[in-house]
Amino acid sequence: MEEVDVEPTTTLIPGVGLKQKHLGFEWGPGDILVYETNFRPAGERSGCPSVHVVRKDEDIYSPILRKLFNESHHIFVGLQNITEDVPSKNKKPQFVSISKNYRSVIRACMEELQHVAGVTCCAHLVLFVLRLHSQVSILLATELIWNLCEVLFIDAAPAGCLLLHLLDWVRLHKADVDEKAKEVLQSDSPTNHLAYWDVVISFILQGRVDEARHVLTKQASVQAASRTLYQLMDTLLHKMPVFNPSGTQTLTEFDMKWRHWHEECDRCLQDKSFASNPHLETICKILLGDEDAMLEHKELLGTWYHFLVSRLLFSHPTVKPAELHYYAKSSMDMFLDSRSVPEPLDSILLAAFEFDLHQVIKDCSIALNNWWFVAHLTDLLDHCKLLQSHNLHFGSNLREFLVLEYASGLVSHHSLWQLAVDYFDHCPEFGRVYLELQLERVPLETERKALKVLRICEQRHMTEQVRSICKIMAKRALSNNRLGSALSWSIRAKDAGFATLISERFLQDYCTRGSFSDLDLIDNLGPAMLLSDRLTFLGKYREFHRLYGENKFTEAGKLLLSLMTAKIAPRSFWMTLLTDALPLLEQKEVHIYTHTHTHTLSCVFVCVFQGEDVETAKLELLRLALARNLAMAIVKEGTVEA
Amino acid sequence: MFVARSIAADHKDLIHDVSYDFHGRRMATCSSDQSVKVWDKSDSGEWHCTASWKTHSGSVWRVTWAHPEFGQVLASCSFDRTAAVWEEIVGESNDKQRGLSHWIKRTTLVDSRTSVTDVKFAPKHMGLVLATCSADGVVRIYEAPDVMNLSQWSLQHEISCKLSCSCISWNPSSSRAHPPMISVGSDDNNVTYSGKVQIYEYNENTRKYAKAETLMTVTDPVHDIAFAPNLGRSFHVLAIATKDVRIFKLVPLRRDSTTSSGPTKFEVQLLAQFDSHNSQVWRVSWNITSTLLASSGDDGCVRLWKANYMDNWKCTGILRGDGSPVNGSSVQGLALNTPGSSGAPTPQNSVAGAASAGRYEAQLILRMADFIER
Repeated sequence: MEEVDVEPTTTLIPGVGLKQKHLGFEWGPGDILVYETNFRPAGERSGCPSVHVVRKDEDIYSPILRKLFNESHHIFVGLQNITEDVPSKNKKPQFVSISKNYRSVIRACMEELQHVAGVTCCAHLVLFVLRLHSQVSILLATELIWNLCEVLFIDAAPAGCLLLHLLDWVRLHKADVDEKAKEVLQSDSPTNHLAYWDVVISFILQGRVDEARHVLTKQASVQAASRTLYQLMDTLLHKMPVFNPSGTQTLTEFDMKWRHWHEECDRCLQDKSFASNPHLETICKILLGDEDAMLEHKELLGTWYHFLVSRLLFSHPTVKPAELHYYAKSSMDMFLDSRSVPEPLDSILLAAFEFDLHQVIKDCSIALNNWWFVAHLTDLLDHCKLLQSHNLHFGSNLREFLVLEYASGLVSHHSLWQLAVDYFDHCPEFGRVYLELQLERVPLETERKALKVLRICEQRHMTEQVRSICKIMAKRALSNNRLGSALSWSIRAKDAGFATLISERFLQDYCTRGSFSDLDLIDNLGPAMLLSDRLTFLGKYREFHRLYGENKFTEAGKLLLSLMTAKIAPRSFWMTLLTDALPLLEQKEVHIYTHTHTHTLSCVFVCVFQGEDVETAKLELLRLALARNLAMAIVKEGTVEA
Repeated sequence: MFVARSIAADHKDLIHDVSYDFHGRRMATCSSDQSVKVWDKSDSGEWHCTASWKTHSGSVWRVTWAHPEFGQVLASCSFDRTAAVWEEIVGESNDKQRGLSHWIKRTTLVDSRTSVTDVKFAPKHMGLVLATCSADGVVRIYEAPDVMNLSQWSLQHEISCKLSCSCISWNPSSSRAHPPMISVGSDDNNVTYSGKVQIYEYNENTRKYAKAETLMTVTDPVHDIAFAPNLGRSFHVLAIATKDVRIFKLVPLRRDSTTSSGPTKFEVQLLAQFDSHNSQVWRVSWNITSTLLASSGDDGCVRLWKANYMDNWKCTGILRGDGSPVNGSSVQGLALNTPGSSGAPTPQNSVAGAASAGRYEAQLILRMADFIER
């Protein structure tokens, strides 16, 4: 398979390259920044005017196309979830139905774009409208190609049905006949309408024989003299055999019947029955599959593939799939004159008729400049097990490659990035690592968005990403002095070091202000408290204050003591703790501290006293309180209750 | 591709580097005017300069962001033989309202005797670590042991490369199978025939960086070097900007337990070589998923390189200046660039003038136009 050597497209950056000869760049999310510079600066230099943001031509920012992305995402996910136990053969109707769903989504999008283009009449939005029209055209081409792929590959109709499907395909994409027919039939004198014969011949070329006959009846009622002629034509048309796939007739029987009919038409022509009426004679020739006659009406056919189908209809209606490529190539050659070069669309369709799936996908990737189409189509074809059957040992990688490309394109969008997650999920080889990389980079503008990203990471057990995102949020909150938020993010990140740091800040705040902030958070830490010693201390210390506030002095006292003995209190805090103990020591009514307790407290006191300088007044108070408490304790414990 | 937006950069001299932050919402630019500017992207996609300050006493060559886990931190390096680390301080509320922020210098790294040509933060799993390289041929690796105190950095390693260094790149892989690795490129003109790309690897036992590999086939001056994101692969991919663009694959060779000391041995394969720039290549850089490589050369073009699913590399796009002066109009965004409509195509991309960009699109349109018969 020859690699098509496609010239890369060049994008010009206006205003750059005049003063400095180099172009600097930097990759960004969904774009690339470029700026004029000189990597080997020497001599005269001057200021740089601008940094330019360059993006791919992808229209993911168009609100109408967004619906296409959303709905096709829905179909994609549904397709992935089809159970594996049913053999592929039996799944064909399902796949065809899914293919039709995709196509209807494309058509819906196209119609909406056309509608918007139609109602937009603002003068300075001309470029916008032009762009809409180009999007419509691309979608039209997309649907045309998809439809053909559905007919040839997914539905994979055998001879007989194949032609019927191809006729449907052509009819769907050449619907202008109906408008013309309506116009002709509704006119005062249909038979004298300029487009009369065009309508008849168009119908015939599309195999819409009954409708052609209907239009022809207008002619017959006018010209009594040629009535027999028209009746003959009507009979011929009426007798034209059409294969019925659900009928009892076999293909061979149909073929025989068709040949008889073909011979009859030929006899009419040889007898010069229609010689007096050139139009009818032309029609007769067409019925006989006369290519020149058909080519005389190129403008009615419009395209070589219409010509191909019409040719097949009238010369070889039992065409087999494998024979298609020969007819396709010759049709294209006959239809296009020697001067015109095949367009990308033509090459793609030809490759499809040649059943060269790989070429179709490759050409579409190049021509359509967006991954949506090839990704979804290839994914569907892969599910139909068509890529493997074409002996592409890298078949599954091709599907994954394209789906990854498509999803990567979605990620930079502020809301479509969530769709990308499902696509990555269904790429078994690289999906996870791509998703990890991309999720890390999703900007966390709000807490709500951060939580959304976190939920996605947690569902997939991406522990490192969870930790990282929480840490980023914690650091941001800390920088903005939102301690409560910083603490809860640190806990979620399971970052002991950071939690310690923030707890210190809380405690410092308490020392300076005398109260705690974010009480709700600290009161409800629960087991998270155990993340770091400092955090545990913070939680417990707050609990002490709560108990004290509720007048539960004994519990409070015990807790305070345990804070000191458990060695989780920071050294700097011991004085504060002792000061907190003071009122408890002074309690007259309730005796809180036993003799042993007081002894412990005294040890702490001694440490503090020996440490840094402390207010002497406070020290004296403490010393006194401790001594008195000890005295009371000794007396109380020593007294035998009477 | 099309120009979606142009931002008036306002530097008084050449811009040498532009760097996006991790999330792509902020940007830093540095210039020969000795200053660094920080830009923030608003929700509507507009860029506003939120800080601009003098950073060095010489041209600032590179500027780079630390991972957001460490806060809002920048590093810059300069011709003035120093590198510096900057941290953003959340300002007073009225500053915030005016959309300004303050950056303060946390440290100056003065160990180099010559111009510091590159500065890069190491992958975050290594902590807050920074590497610089200089024209004096030394790569210096610094670490801030306390990430809450960015004024304390210690010089942990000095790697003498013996050739004047122009660029460094850390291997972004955080896999436990890969010890920390840094590649160094040299643009030394004086020594020919020696490999200009060296790869150093950290050894847990000796706690030092040791040379693992010299790419002997790269003998021309190297201007830029970039490891590709790892994507869970066992091997490494390295892009080099020299007289052409080269992409190497480095496959770690399995070691048996007896020779487990010493750096990893690699099998080096050349994956691709592009000389389309026809001249010196100055910069190479990978996108996040390592699917696209961009290079910039003496021909004034930026080229985008992509591997298809068969691992064949091809140029998929070219950007270049059109060499014409901007016609005086305001440069903040083009007229039709509202969020609703997609950015307006430049004249080159419209249906009428499809000579290069959008050529196939145009052809498809013209063909379909026949078909539709509007």
